[in-house]
Amino acid sequence: MIRFNSWGLALGLMLLAAVRAGAETSFDYGLEPQAVADGVHVLLGRTEHFTRENGGNIVNTGFIVTDDGVVVIDTGPSRRYGEQMRAAIARSTGQPVRQVYLTHAHPDHFLGSQAFVDVPVAALAGTRHSIRTRGDALNSNLYRLVGGWMAGTEAVVPAQVVEDSTVMIGGRSLRLIALNGHTTSDLAVFDEQSATLFAGDLVFFDRAATTPDADIDQWLHSLERLRAIDFKVLVPGHGPVLRDAAGIEQTRAYLGWLAGALRKAARNGMDLNEAMRAPLPPEFAKIAVIKEEFERSVIHLYPEYELETLAPVSR
Amino acid sequence: MRAAVSLWLLWTLLPGTVSAAATTPTDPLRSPNWAAMVERHLNGGPVVFDERVQVRMPQTAEDPMSVPVEAVVEGLENIQEMRLIADLNPLPLILIFRPTHADPFIAFRFKVEQSTPVRAAARTADGVWHVGGAWLTASGGGCTAPSYGSGSGLWRDQLNQVSAALWPRGEDASRLKLRVMHPMDTGLAAGIPVFHVESLSVEDASGRELAKIRTYEPVSENPVLSLNLHYRGVVDVRGRDIQGNRIRARVAP
Repeated sequence: MIRFNSWGLALGLMLLAAVRAGAETSFDYGLEPQAVADGVHVLLGRTEHFTRENGGNIVNTGFIVTDDGVVVIDTGPSRRYGEQMRAAIARSTGQPVRQVYLTHAHPDHFLGSQAFVDVPVAALAGTRHSIRTRGDALNSNLYRLVGGWMAGTEAVVPAQVVEDSTVMIGGRSLRLIALNGHTTSDLAVFDEQSATLFAGDLVFFDRAATTPDADIDQWLHSLERLRAIDFKVLVPGHGPVLRDAAGIEQTRAYLGWLAGALRKAARNGMDLNEAMRAPLPPEFAKIAVIKEEFERSVIHLYPEYELETLAPVSR
Repeated sequence: MRAAVSLWLLWTLLPGTVSAAATTPTDPLRSPNWAAMVERHLNGGPVVFDERVQVRMPQTAEDPMSVPVEAVVEGLENIQEMRLIADLNPLPLILIFRPTHADPFIAFRFKVEQSTPVRAAARTADGVWHVGGAWLTASGGGCTAPSYGSGSGLWRDQLNQVSAALWPRGEDASRLKLRVMHPMDTGLAAGIPVFHVESLSVEDASGRELAKIRTYEPVSENPVLSLNLHYRGVVDVRGRDIQGNRIRARVAP
């Protein structure tokens, strides 16, 4: 009887493994564009880390339908994502893609650009520079994290450089806002007609902010700029779409706490590992993957704070 | 099939295998390199695995050029020496620390080439190495990449410059944190010869040794080290790199 049960369990586990393997080998991101405003759609990613199960789809991308084709904002983590995104756009709008904007040079936001090589792909100059110099390394790193979903993916350097400006495409006025802080160059896109703000990764909501290239003071300054915009819909780079500024407030509160905690630890002579053990305030407990991202942030940011406390003493 | 299983069982029970297991206790981290580490870096033992010796670090190397690690001994007296070892690094020995008048504690960052066990071995007065450790997951490349300094050439102006601070901890103890500007090149990156800090000793105002550190190739570029000294007051830092360049600093609280 016991033997029968354990065989049954083993068989069940094998079947489960086969089903999971099947789901992964189809490499279908299951992208479902959601309308968040008139002519504005978002493809919501999961609030997780990169895994072999999610294939890197932890990011929000989006598109805006104009009278002269579709404007795409970010192309996702892989060639497959970009292709499936473009297919989803064709299915839901029947319109050609007219223009692509990349918010910044992190792999989950630009590695789908191969699917749009026949379309102008634009980014800030700093973003273009980062993709040119680090794109291949970011690509192989993501390949290592999510596996076969990345097959055939290559970093494409965006052909077009944009600056802080307002562009008119197919009757829609789009404000391109050049900011920084999450990385050296962060582009936010504001659709004036629907008052929708694509904030890129300057705004995270209920998914912890990432800081491998961050400058917190600059980032907080950029959040002030976004706060001043009269938007009705806020699309964060990661986390659910909002009708208010909660994402800006949460990101601001977390970054402010992070900087304060690291400065305090450094002033007390803490080592990096000791700084990592700082307790997280309960107000951030509901934010997905907060503990892991906090620890990563300590590694990224603490050395700078630490150096502020050390004085030259050579003789 | 059954015969093969029996043969395998027989093989595992051969006397040679059993006696080897008796002299070196079974490695809880199951590293293929552990026996060689004991021979090469722990003078052949004797070795015991001891939970009072701990390696604290993140499970995954966010940056293979700079993995933060703390080695701590709690509840064991008279630690003569501590050694930090990453079994599967191309150059496994990271650092040797003598806490003459200091806690058996050291924190710093190191480079890692691939996933590896990271060990702290603490030698007590009876000559026994008490060993603790943990696995570190890493995608690698930290040991075979050139230092940033070697790439930019900036280090020449600042070589062996020390920045430091002391934080008093109670009446007669203090935390010392110091940074030495040094490329810490491993010699494994093409065309860049090995070049690293070799020794650092911390002394009180009268020249008494408080702690001594020998650093090896895997210690990260521009090393930052934290120690807990059994002393409160001005300390002198003396050291050299493998080309004989001097390191000299005086730190006041």
